[in-house]
Amino acid sequence: MDKQFNITVRGCDLHYGDFHALKNINIDIEESEVTAFIGPSGCGKSTFIKTFNRMNDLIENCRITGEILIGGQDIYAKGTDVTLLRKNVGMVFQKPNPFPMSIYDNVAFAPRTFGIKKKGELDSIVEGSLRQAGLWDEAKDRLRKNAMGLSGGQQQRLCIARALAADPKILLMDEPTSALDPISTGIIEELINELKTSYTIVIVTHNMQQATRISDKTAFFLLGEIVEFGFTGNIFTNPSDKRTENYITGRFG
Amino acid sequence: MAKNAHKRQVLKYAFARSTAQTALLLTLVALGAVVFFILVRGVPHVNMQLLFGNYGRYPSIKPALLGTLYLVVISVSIAAPLGIGSAIFLAEYTKSQSRFVRIIRIATETLAGIPSIVYGIFGYLVFVVALGLRYSLIGGGITLAIMILPVIVRSTEESLLAVPLTLREGSFALGSSKVRTIFSVVLPCAASGIVTSLILAVGRVMSESAVLILTIGMVVNKMPNNFASPGTSLALDVYYFGSHGYPEQAAATGVVLLVLVVVINILATILGNIFGKGELAHG
Amino acid sequence: MNQAYRFIKTRDAVMRGIFLLCAAFSVLALGCITLFLLANGLPFIGRVGLTNFFGTTWHLSSGAYGILSMFVASIYVAGLSTGMGVALGLFTAIALYKFCPKLAVPPIRQLINLLAAIPSVIYGLFGMIIIVPFLRDHVSPGGVGYGILAASLVLSIMILPTIVSISLDALNSVPRNYYEGALALGATSEQSVFRVMLPAAKSGVLAAIVLSMGRAVGETMAVIMVIGGSPVMPTSLFQSVRTMTANIAMGATELSGDSATALVATGAVLFVFALLLNVSFSMLSGGEERGKKRTQKTGA
Repeated sequence: MDKQFNITVRGCDLHYGDFHALKNINIDIEESEVTAFIGPSGCGKSTFIKTFNRMNDLIENCRITGEILIGGQDIYAKGTDVTLLRKNVGMVFQKPNPFPMSIYDNVAFAPRTFGIKKKGELDSIVEGSLRQAGLWDEAKDRLRKNAMGLSGGQQQRLCIARALAADPKILLMDEPTSALDPISTGIIEELINELKTSYTIVIVTHNMQQATRISDKTAFFLLGEIVEFGFTGNIFTNPSDKRTENYITGRFG
Repeated sequence: MAKNAHKRQVLKYAFARSTAQTALLLTLVALGAVVFFILVRGVPHVNMQLLFGNYGRYPSIKPALLGTLYLVVISVSIAAPLGIGSAIFLAEYTKSQSRFVRIIRIATETLAGIPSIVYGIFGYLVFVVALGLRYSLIGGGITLAIMILPVIVRSTEESLLAVPLTLREGSFALGSSKVRTIFSVVLPCAASGIVTSLILAVGRVMSESAVLILTIGMVVNKMPNNFASPGTSLALDVYYFGSHGYPEQAAATGVVLLVLVVVINILATILGNIFGKGELAHG
Repeated sequence: MNQAYRFIKTRDAVMRGIFLLCAAFSVLALGCITLFLLANGLPFIGRVGLTNFFGTTWHLSSGAYGILSMFVASIYVAGLSTGMGVALGLFTAIALYKFCPKLAVPPIRQLINLLAAIPSVIYGLFGMIIIVPFLRDHVSPGGVGYGILAASLVLSIMILPTIVSISLDALNSVPRNYYEGALALGATSEQSVFRVMLPAAKSGVLAAIVLSMGRAVGETMAVIMVIGGSPVMPTSLFQSVRTMTANIAMGATELSGDSATALVATGAVLFVFALLLNVSFSMLSGGEERGKKRTQKTGA
């Protein structure tokens, strides 16, 4: 099935209890592009990225209105298969969160969830995913060792491999390098550049240089609204909104 | 004047300090004395007849060893699934302090505060009288299961809450269902804590006695045939021997009980230390 | 909707139901206990009359079921043992908190935790073979070792580990800067601990007191081995008496008819007493605390 995996958001509002966290968001995210969300802390960019795989379902008192379409389908429609949605929309978190089990079991977790039991099949998925995440050479001799023994950067790449093993179409990354050292950050940025040929990537970042290095388009968030959205080059060299300019020139944030 | 008053104050508190230090010493001596005298009186009388002999002219704790084993098996196999299930509900499914959750919490905590002998009466009324089972190990075991339930619920819940939320998120983000997340991620991470709490529950079962007087019959001289037999336990034997003119045997049984309980607790501590810390430490 | 997802949803719902049933079991058990005790105990009290049941004479063959003397004995034992245990345990906790070599604290704590696990019957046996003979030969004016003092001594040792660890936890949870603040005002280390830290840890210490009171009232085995057992009004510390718990345990071996029901009624009184202590304990230790811990976690 050759479905489309572009994201279309129309009039999206999100409330946590009384707090209005996202206000009338409209955005189109194209396939096989890297879209970066930037903005000061608490502006709603992390909240927004989590609506794409419905991770906000886990949070109490969270109300979402408006439309979020992936490949033309409303993912908040009644009867949506959330597990399938999350399989198609992978996510990498701010802090590496490998499960305290072996490297192999971490990567094989999602395929097993979706019923793959044959060892040969799992083996090839694990190897393929680790290769894609650039971790294979470091990990191939210690697949059965506990993942907690890896360094922070390796753990984050393992989490990427773990997400890729589910065979997603879209990859959400919520400040994936904010807990890492510069070298690991560099490795992951390279990885993102390689992955963007096969995946639609949405990345939240605090780091504006990072956004310019890796993203095709950038959305600037402020106080729960998208102030400006466009090609990364334009946003950073020629912002049309005063607030964007203030932010990228470091006057606040 | 003021200087003297200050000096008096300082002296007064220095005195309080030495009182505290004396109290510490006294506490250690008092608790040490309990262990010491039980060992001194009991160890010389721990012998094969007492441990494994047949109950005849000389008493034996063989029936009690078997009875205790029965009680441990019955009560833990009932309380463990109930307690773990209950803790999972409290830790994983209840987002807010809803009224129902508050009721469950209050009930669990109240159960923990009910005296052992009151459980005994309850067990007596239910199993001996209402169900007509007479004195039986199964009746005692089920009553004990209710007693240890709060212990298991509380410590399991704590182990579950100690599992970082990020791991649950990670699992959900991979498309796992709630059930798979609980069984494949949360429970394995909390396993050592849960096992530790079960081991401690075993220790608790072995230590209980008042509840058993009214439920299993304190039949010290016959081997139980099955779950439905009346029987005895090590702790009950200590009481029975002590109050029926066998203080040496009571002390010797006390030594056996003490050793078992201490071993169990040390085991639990070691297990908790080995698995507890390192695994979940997230960078 | 698709089949596989429906299956997952159903399985989630079923498992949730199972976990909920497990959790509901505690409520059910508590309900049953309350029901059985009160349904059996209260009618009995009604039948024999309040004046009989709360009278001073317990004489089964003549139909006198007065538990007042046992109630009084229970109060004496609980009060005395908690008093001694708390005095000793609290000072011990203070010593462990500040006035003892740092290196010695962890092993002592471990040891005290271990001692908390010693079965109560062993404390009872210790009382029977050591404390009672000692009191009889060296302390008691009338040559009786059994009684309230013996039981209180045994219980006060038994509850020591609980008091020490809860009080120490309470002290440790007081912010350290209180202590430093007091020092900065010129207080000595002792003054800071006794005048600042201890009052700040008050609620935890109170909780320890109530908890040990509950254990002392409810303890059976350690008590029956040293209390003597005569159902008479206590007039001396060295006199064979009977607590409510001992009354139940001692009658347990010959249960029949009304005398059995009398024990159940005693149990009902004990149960209500334990409930009251429990309520005050949870009010003191603040049921909020666990909830708070949880929200912090989810919020992270």
